[in-house]
Amino acid sequence: MLELFKNISEWFPELLQPVVYTGLKAVVLLLPLILSVAMLTYVERKVIGFMQNRVGPNRVGPRGLFQPFADVIKLLFKEVILPTNANKGLFLIAPFITLVTAFGAWAVVPLSSSYSIANVDASLLYVLALTSLGVYGIILAGWATNSKYAFLGAMRSAAQMVAYEIAMGFALIGVVMAADSLNFGKIVAAQSGGIHHWYWLWLFPLFIVYFISGIAETNRAPFDVAEGESEIVAGFHVEYSGIAFALFFLAEYANMILIAALTSLLFLGGWLSPFEGIPYIGAPSAFWLLAKMGFILFCFLWFRATFPRYRYDQIMRLGWKVFIPITLVWIAVEGLFFYFKIGPFSA
Amino acid sequence: MTFELFLFYLFGATLVGSAMGVILSRNPVYAVLFLVLAFINSSFLWMLIQAEFLALLLIVVYVGAVAVLFLFVVMMMDINLAELQQGFTKYAPVGAILGVIVLIEIAFVMMSDQITIKAKEVQEFAADYSNTEELGKELYTNYIYPFELAAIILLIAIVVAITLTMRKRPGLKVQDINKQVAVDAKDRVRIVKMEADE
Repeated sequence: MLELFKNISEWFPELLQPVVYTGLKAVVLLLPLILSVAMLTYVERKVIGFMQNRVGPNRVGPRGLFQPFADVIKLLFKEVILPTNANKGLFLIAPFITLVTAFGAWAVVPLSSSYSIANVDASLLYVLALTSLGVYGIILAGWATNSKYAFLGAMRSAAQMVAYEIAMGFALIGVVMAADSLNFGKIVAAQSGGIHHWYWLWLFPLFIVYFISGIAETNRAPFDVAEGESEIVAGFHVEYSGIAFALFFLAEYANMILIAALTSLLFLGGWLSPFEGIPYIGAPSAFWLLAKMGFILFCFLWFRATFPRYRYDQIMRLGWKVFIPITLVWIAVEGLFFYFKIGPFSA
Repeated sequence: MTFELFLFYLFGATLVGSAMGVILSRNPVYAVLFLVLAFINSSFLWMLIQAEFLALLLIVVYVGAVAVLFLFVVMMMDINLAELQQGFTKYAPVGAILGVIVLIEIAFVMMSDQITIKAKEVQEFAADYSNTEELGKELYTNYIYPFELAAIILLIAIVVAITLTMRKRPGLKVQDINKQVAVDAKDRVRIVKMEADE
């Protein structure tokens, strides 16, 4: 496929060639991403429906399969309401910031050893930088709306994201230490050698911390105090309607899929097969990455149907007083692994 | 003009413009947002000279953490703009004098022989060169003592900031998390078996 893009880009003048080439690669990644966001909303409603002994959406199309498209069309045709006392410019910019940072992070996420839009050396740092920018969209939305509920939601969400970013960063440091690289391709390559070489086993506490922090970063249940339907209506996007709301929605689900992809790449061996060594099914391929992502996304939905919402002070306590010490201790333990040459750290 | 030069001027101009915005905007929230824009643009400039580690770190630390906290504080402040403008004529002369002094200082620095800004060629490195790795090696070998010292100073600053903001009020009702975590279902709910009436 990359060959084909190269050929297409050669039709254009020399200056535009890299732009066209990268653009095509980006389209091939982003279109399925947007489609999978749509399907994820459908799967979410179906799975939670199943867990709660309901049918879920079943009216539009076979088994309700076209429900997300009906929702998209509905949202597109709804009016975007500007609250009278809102700060209009920032109110409209906020959803774009959220969306751009959510999609921008995908630029360095590889789908297999050969396919990524940009193979950046410090790709892990790039993802961390872009996800830390995402909080601006939420804060600005909450502030520009000029409503108490929206502002409360934004404050909660921002505090939560800042708190969990630190634990997340420390968990990543553990991975970087083990793989000796910030590049996703090299991190996955360092995990090759069977399921017990993946980092989930040797960095188990970091894996758990990273996964839970990922849920908190995306403001998903049980960490969804930022939306808190029962207390502050919908948090930062309470006044958003139509396409502006759709952008927030899209960004949230794109971030969920991003967290799933990162967790699979960093801790679950990415595109490596769990049956390494066996012919045919042992070959690394994008299928394994997608399967792992699917499992993690299912966990996201499962948690939403299972756990009640955390209390705000408990969220803060978990982030600052439990996760950060755990990660610090495990980074020290990892140092000991290196020192005594235990497990895959003997290199 | 090469494409990179064009990008340099674009980001440079935006950087200067947003830095002006920081001091010129009336609304403090706008000022912080301009500051964020300035950070991002200077990060782009670093990216142009292939210092990707520093560029990304600038975004992670300054934009992702420091500026968010600024924004927090500024949004929660109840600022009366009219009141701020009242003192303008009183403070204007002091501000002007300070501005002139700083300007003269900058001029001296720029003109002195010790500190000169020479347009050096940026070194080009091969694609597999990682300045993250090089920086790490330097920091943890040649500069280990200054590095650790800086870390300790920061730690002290954290501890001091926390002790300054910790105020114990008497009679405050706080939840004891340990008690909450260790709670047993038997202490809260008693299940009583009752005979059915009929």
